[in-house]
Amino acid sequence: MSKSTRKNLTPMQQQYQRLAMAKEPKRPAFVNCIRAFLSGGLICLIGECIRQAFIAYGGFSEKEAGNPTVAVLIILSVILTSIGVYDKISQWAGAGTAVPVTGFANSMASSAIEHRAEGLVLGVGAGMFQLAGSVVVFGTVAAFFVGIIYAIFVPGYAGGGH
Amino acid sequence: MLKGHQSWIYTNKPRIISTGTVVGPFEGQGPLANDFDKIHGDLYIGQESWEKAERVLIEESADLAIQKAGLTKEAVQFYFGGDLMNQIISSSFAARSLSIPYFGLFGACSTSMESLSLASFIVNYGGAKYALAGTCSHNASVEKQFRYPTEYGSQKPPTAQFTVTGSGSAIISLEGDGPRVTSATIGKVIDMGITDPFNMGAAMAPAAVDTIQAHFRDMQIDPSYYDLIVTGDLSKVGYDIANELFERHKFPIRQTTYKDCGMMIYDYNKQKVQAGASGCGCSAVVTYGHLLNQLRKGDLKRILVVATGALLSPLSFQQGESIPCIAHAVSIESGE
Repeated sequence: MSKSTRKNLTPMQQQYQRLAMAKEPKRPAFVNCIRAFLSGGLICLIGECIRQAFIAYGGFSEKEAGNPTVAVLIILSVILTSIGVYDKISQWAGAGTAVPVTGFANSMASSAIEHRAEGLVLGVGAGMFQLAGSVVVFGTVAAFFVGIIYAIFVPGYAGGGH
Repeated sequence: MLKGHQSWIYTNKPRIISTGTVVGPFEGQGPLANDFDKIHGDLYIGQESWEKAERVLIEESADLAIQKAGLTKEAVQFYFGGDLMNQIISSSFAARSLSIPYFGLFGACSTSMESLSLASFIVNYGGAKYALAGTCSHNASVEKQFRYPTEYGSQKPPTAQFTVTGSGSAIISLEGDGPRVTSATIGKVIDMGITDPFNMGAAMAPAAVDTIQAHFRDMQIDPSYYDLIVTGDLSKVGYDIANELFERHKFPIRQTTYKDCGMMIYDYNKQKVQAGASGCGCSAVVTYGHLLNQLRKGDLKRILVVATGALLSPLSFQQGESIPCIAHAVSIESGE
C-alpha cells in the first residue's frame, strides 16, 4: 500500500493492518524467481531452437530469422491460451511466462476470447487491448523518447532508418 | 421483532421448506459434491457467455427449490435475490423468466444471508405465504468483471480466493417441514483500510467478527448455544485473522465449533485454490446443500451462518479506495 493512503488510517485501522500483515502468507519470492528463471529460460531456449531451425532449413539469414521465430512463439502461446493451458502454466511459472513475447500474446488472446460475447467490434476489437493496451502505449512513448536521445547524442543516426 | 440493536427474532419461526443447489464442475470434484442437487460438467452450461451461464445457474436452483417444495412459480409471492455482477443482472434476468415479484439485493457475498433474513422477516409477519431467497456466482464471470480475463496467465498470490461457480435457493414458509429460521443479525459496513483485492479474507474478517459479537450481545446468549458457527468466505487467511480477533476481544468462540464455508467446499490437497473459496455461491451452496442436510439428518441442531461480503467495485479499487465489508448472521435450527 502506498504511504499516502496509510497516513489517512485511524489508529485502529493501523493496528488491524499490522495484524493482517502478520497473518498474510507471503508470496514465495525466492521459489518464484527460480521458477521464472527456469520457465523463462526454457521459452527462450525453444525460441532459439526455432530460430536456428529457420536459419538451417528455412533459408533465412541470422537477422531475418527473428521475425518468423516470434510469430511461431506467438502462435504457440495463442494455441495454449485457447485450450486453457497457458494460465495453468503461468500460475507455476509467474514472470517466466509473463515477460517473454508469449506473455504478451497471452494477454491479447485471453482478452479477445473473454470479450467475444460482446461482439466483434466492441468486444474482440476493443477488448483485446484491455491488458496489452498500456504495454503498447508506454512502449511507444518510451521508444519515442529513446529515439530523441539517440538522435541528439549519436549525430550520425539523426536521419533515422537502417 | 427487534431484539437489541440490530437483530431480529422470528417469533413464528419460519421454515426453510426446500432448497435447490446447483454447482459447476470444479465444485463437483470437491468434498461436498454429494450435498448438491445438480452438478454441471461444463463451465459454460451450454450457454454462449459466462454471464448467461450464471443466470442459468440461478434459474435452475430456483426451479429446483420450487419443485422440491411441490409448488409452482405462481404460488411464490416474493423473490429476494442478488449476485456479484454489475447491476445484479443475473438475479434480475432470472427474475424476468421466473416472473415472481422481485426484490433485487446487493450485499456481495453476504447476499445469501441478506436475502434469507429478509425473506424470513416477510414470511414471519404474513407478508408472504411462500418466499424465495437465492443467490449465485460464477467463477469466470466474476474473474472477468473484477480481475483479469479467465485465460490470462497471472500468478495469483497465496491470499487469493477461488470464486465458487454455484447457486443456492431456498423457499421459506410458515407451513411445511424443514429447519427453522429463528433469528438474524444485520451487519454494519466495516472498513479496516485493506486495499488488496487479492486479500478479501483479511478485508472481511473484521466485519464477520463484528456481526458475530453483535449477535450474541443482542440475543444475550453464549456461543455454546450453537453447534456450529460458520462464516461465509473468509478462507484460510481471514479465518486465522477472525480467530485472532476473537481471542483479542476475549470472545469465547471456543465454546462452539467455528468453521468457514470457504474452507469446506474445496479439497486443498487436490484443488489448487490458494486461500480457499469465495463468492455469493459459496455460503449459499454450503449452507443450503451441506449444512441444511446435516440439520435435517440431526447431525447438527443449531447453527449460525454468517455470510461475509466485500462491497468493492472494479472501479473503486482501481481508484485506490479501500474495501468496505459487511456480514449478516442468520440462526437456523433443526425441525421441531
